[in-house]
Amino acid sequence: MEENIKNNVAQPVIDSKIPEGPVAEKWTNYKAHQKLVNPANKRRLDIIVVGTGLAGASAAATLGEMGFKVMNFCIQDSPRRAHSIAAQGGINAAKNYQNDGDSVYRLFYDTVKGGDYRAREANVYRLAEVSNNIIDQCVAQGVPFAREYGGLLANRSFGGAQVSRTFYAKGQTGQQLLLGAYSSLNRQIEMGNVTSYNRYEMHDVVIIDGRARGIIAKNLVTGQLERFAAHAVVIATGGYGNTYFLSTNAMACNVSAAMACYRKGAYFANPAYVQIHPTCIPRHGDKQSKLTLMSESLRNDGRIWVPKNIEDAKRLQAGEIKGSDIPEEERDYYLERRYPAFGNLVPRDVASRAAKERCDKGYGVNNTGQAVFLDFSEAINRLGIDVVRQRYGNLFDMYEEITDVNPGELANEINGVNYYNPMMIYPAIHYTMGGIWVDYELQTSIKGLFAIGECNFSDHGANRLGASALMQGLADGYFVLPYTIQNYLSDQITVPRFSTDLPEFEETEERVQAELDALMNIKGNRSVDSIHKELGNIMWDYVGMGRTKESLEIALQKIKDLRKEFETNLFIPGTQDGMNIELDKAFRLRDFITMGELIAYDALNREESCGGHFREEHQTEEGEAKRDDENFFYVACWKYNGDDEKAPSLIKEPLHYEAIKVQTRNYKN
Amino acid sequence: MWLFKSSVGRKVVMSVTGLFLILFLTFHALMNAVAIFSVEAYEAVCEFLGANWYALLGTAVLAAGFVIHIIYAFWLTLQNRSARGDDRYAVTARPKNVEWASQNMLVLGIIVACFLVLHLYQFWAKMQLPEIMGDYAASGEEALELAFGCWWTLPVYLIGFLAVWFHITHGFWSAFQSIGVNNDKWIERWKCIGCWWATIVMLLFAVCAIALTLKYAGGYDCIGAC
Amino acid sequence: MENSISVKLKIWRQAGPKEKGEFVTYELQDIPTDTSFLETLDILNEQLVERGEEPVAFDHDCREGICGMCSLYINGHPHGPATGATTCQLYMRRFKDGETITVEPWRSAAFPVIKDLMVDRNAFDKIQQAGGYVSFNTGGAQDANAIPISKVAADEAMDSASCIGCGACVAACKNGSAMLFVSAKVSQFALLPQGKAEAKKRVKAMLQKMDELGFGNCTNTGACAAECPKNIKLSNIARLNREYISAKCSD
Repeated sequence: MEENIKNNVAQPVIDSKIPEGPVAEKWTNYKAHQKLVNPANKRRLDIIVVGTGLAGASAAATLGEMGFKVMNFCIQDSPRRAHSIAAQGGINAAKNYQNDGDSVYRLFYDTVKGGDYRAREANVYRLAEVSNNIIDQCVAQGVPFAREYGGLLANRSFGGAQVSRTFYAKGQTGQQLLLGAYSSLNRQIEMGNVTSYNRYEMHDVVIIDGRARGIIAKNLVTGQLERFAAHAVVIATGGYGNTYFLSTNAMACNVSAAMACYRKGAYFANPAYVQIHPTCIPRHGDKQSKLTLMSESLRNDGRIWVPKNIEDAKRLQAGEIKGSDIPEEERDYYLERRYPAFGNLVPRDVASRAAKERCDKGYGVNNTGQAVFLDFSEAINRLGIDVVRQRYGNLFDMYEEITDVNPGELANEINGVNYYNPMMIYPAIHYTMGGIWVDYELQTSIKGLFAIGECNFSDHGANRLGASALMQGLADGYFVLPYTIQNYLSDQITVPRFSTDLPEFEETEERVQAELDALMNIKGNRSVDSIHKELGNIMWDYVGMGRTKESLEIALQKIKDLRKEFETNLFIPGTQDGMNIELDKAFRLRDFITMGELIAYDALNREESCGGHFREEHQTEEGEAKRDDENFFYVACWKYNGDDEKAPSLIKEPLHYEAIKVQTRNYKN
Repeated sequence: MWLFKSSVGRKVVMSVTGLFLILFLTFHALMNAVAIFSVEAYEAVCEFLGANWYALLGTAVLAAGFVIHIIYAFWLTLQNRSARGDDRYAVTARPKNVEWASQNMLVLGIIVACFLVLHLYQFWAKMQLPEIMGDYAASGEEALELAFGCWWTLPVYLIGFLAVWFHITHGFWSAFQSIGVNNDKWIERWKCIGCWWATIVMLLFAVCAIALTLKYAGGYDCIGAC
Repeated sequence: MENSISVKLKIWRQAGPKEKGEFVTYELQDIPTDTSFLETLDILNEQLVERGEEPVAFDHDCREGICGMCSLYINGHPHGPATGATTCQLYMRRFKDGETITVEPWRSAAFPVIKDLMVDRNAFDKIQQAGGYVSFNTGGAQDANAIPISKVAADEAMDSASCIGCGACVAACKNGSAMLFVSAKVSQFALLPQGKAEAKKRVKAMLQKMDELGFGNCTNTGACAAECPKNIKLSNIARLNREYISAKCSD
């Protein structure tokens, strides 16, 4: 397998189109010199935007405002339901409203460091630069951010930062930002600049003369494939977390659009960088459909611990005692112990691995041994239950609804100290830093095909900091893509609108139809979900939080076998006329299988530990991630080789850091 | 015209006419109370509300208020039923905080309207109407005797009062909600005021009816009275 | 700690928008009580697929109570018997062993059934498109702290803005009225200075669209607010009425 990868290093030159000049001036320089499209010509240019999350909705709305004709596709029944809506915590910006020393540079630095020095410097700087515009934009839209009594915006701190730069709207920031973008989108729909297609799923991208010129999408209600042509295609279809079956992603989140682009030649970058969120409700039973995230903001006041004594842990696992029976001095606040400077606010990857380390050693606190405590006793004793409930009340309620345990309830008193029910949490797949490779202009390796938001790879390196996903989605959609896409479209103004009767459209649709027919005709014995669950287990067990060469090789073999099982033993009831949910899921699963393989290939290649990618062979004596900057200071771009069965080839985009000195991440002091 | 065309406008019409009718009922109750204390004073009130131009105008406005309220009620209900769609739920449950009256305003209104017809027949048709027509008009006392001397008048009236009470307990605060004079604090206040208001007014009616029944009981052949 | 129950699910099955629907009862054994209601439907669907039958179509996505995609009228309540929660946040411990659970789609003329338990709520989008926004173009905003907004107003606007657009208010309303949904959006903007400039135009346009789409008239029964998974308050409707009446009076 490894041989396969090494032999395939016929290296095309990767041009990431990073502008000249010092990092702080690149974006300004770019905007000053890029080509623009004049208003009369904009009306003649069509753009397809697939996805209506923060990136997709904001891009579609902004492009519509500029005067382009936009077609916007959404898999749910309304653009407002995209999974950006579930982000709870907040959005970062370098406003420095709190006067705590924040700046564009510091946000840039924190993001690069948080990403374990695997992000592209120029992109991240641009992200930090436009972060402030995003807050202005959202406030003007009427997003009801939290405010101080004086009427100005409030901030809170988040993992991986020492300043308070996170803006929030209760525990529903993603929802409010998405509704803001949705409102701008609605305005454009009303004005006729954007046409919205709901309950449509992109099945393939159409390439004409090497450029993306349209898509084949399925109307999920009628079951019919339809063709759409445009001058440029933007995909904003989110991440691939659902490859693991159980994740915090929504049920419809899938990687099919990205895989379609990948199969058509777009490089897929850094698939191994998968973020595992430390504060999710632990798994229970095998009937579970998804994992529920508890906001990272809980770590501001909650303290994470396991028992100091293994005996206590065993009694917890046996259900003989409860967390509140263990007094303060018997608790091991392992994050505070290991990382005194950041304590419970270390970045997500660090917190997740620390939880896994404790649980692997046998200190897990529930019946599966796969959980740690998140405790509010100290905060409640210090601030009072009312203040704590004001901050986290809705999260406490949510936790209680799911687990039947109320974290705000006084449970025990030992030596005059009040102990409240602790929450149980465990890491879960949450976000994927990897994605379709894009250059500085957010254009993929296919001309005219752009990727924005979580769907691309560009800004988070090997790990994403909390409250940065919303920032990136909106930065791409409102402030970056609407500029950079013009640089591409400026020479397209003479290209007339395309007919969807062109042979390329016909051919692509026929192939998609053939694939769907093939799925329907397997007529085996297994449901889509049962195979997906199996894929999820393989991914979690062998390509999860801790990976080894051996585990990854096993994973690749098992996924190969699973593909065979899928192709020969799948069963889909019903027909292709009208809605067929199982067929839709099967189509997505086919792509998750390929995606799973891709993650494993990349993880196997990356013989170092960095961010969300932890190779157990590569760790320090203290169990911290050990990077190898000498050999792996690059973006791993994977190129499809014409067949899902064939291993992809690796192309490297070397990283160049000018403004930041690459060093070992340190959250200890 | 937005009072016809928009849903909020139509509700404003319901509110304004409804509040007007509540105000009318309040005056009506106060005037009835007079009859308990002094028949002469009651006759004076009846005299005052005879076929004078201001009484006729008042009657016309009042009648218009009733008619508009009733027409709008049916109109709104028809629209609401079609908005609900053809398929009904197999299982429904009334959530807590939802008043029974609020879901049955039309039924209550129909009961009230039936009661109103009887009431008009017993009083208005014997007093103001003949006066307008130039026929013999009964005096207040004659009309009272005729009506309350009959055994079934009291129970029918009490049922009518109860329906009006239910109708007003919801209608009162609902009217303020519909014209936008409401918020988180006032919603409970309006409900409380509405409840007291309805109770006091309806008690006043009931007390009058009981007192008058006691006074005139068994005086007439009931079938003949109608 | 594992408790299991058996339940009968009486589910509305309808092949398509024009087809005739009917209830079909399915029995499920040994459902752990910490399974969510939608996971129970997943289990049912898995069994249906194994038997070669078509699974029950129902809308769902985030499964954490925020996207507003899930619906279902369960035992006479939109989003089931729990209050302040969506269907996806409903757990089987709310039900008794042996219970028959009746599951119906939202029923309202403005929300036609697409298939089984799935309805078309596109009307909500149309209302939002009629005016649920502040009209300005990207990039034209002033500094975020340039307009101070009182915390009270911001918090109240946030409460109104937390509507997830699931349609439970319409489903719960005996009149099929969308007033709670419309009022929540109108209130959010009416409470904030950003929304003031075009407040009159907005409220008129959104309300007109709502009426056009065939939603019913509000009769203030309050079932919408009582069943709202996000506890949107009735006072929003009063505000909408106020805004609308004043906009019309100043025409």
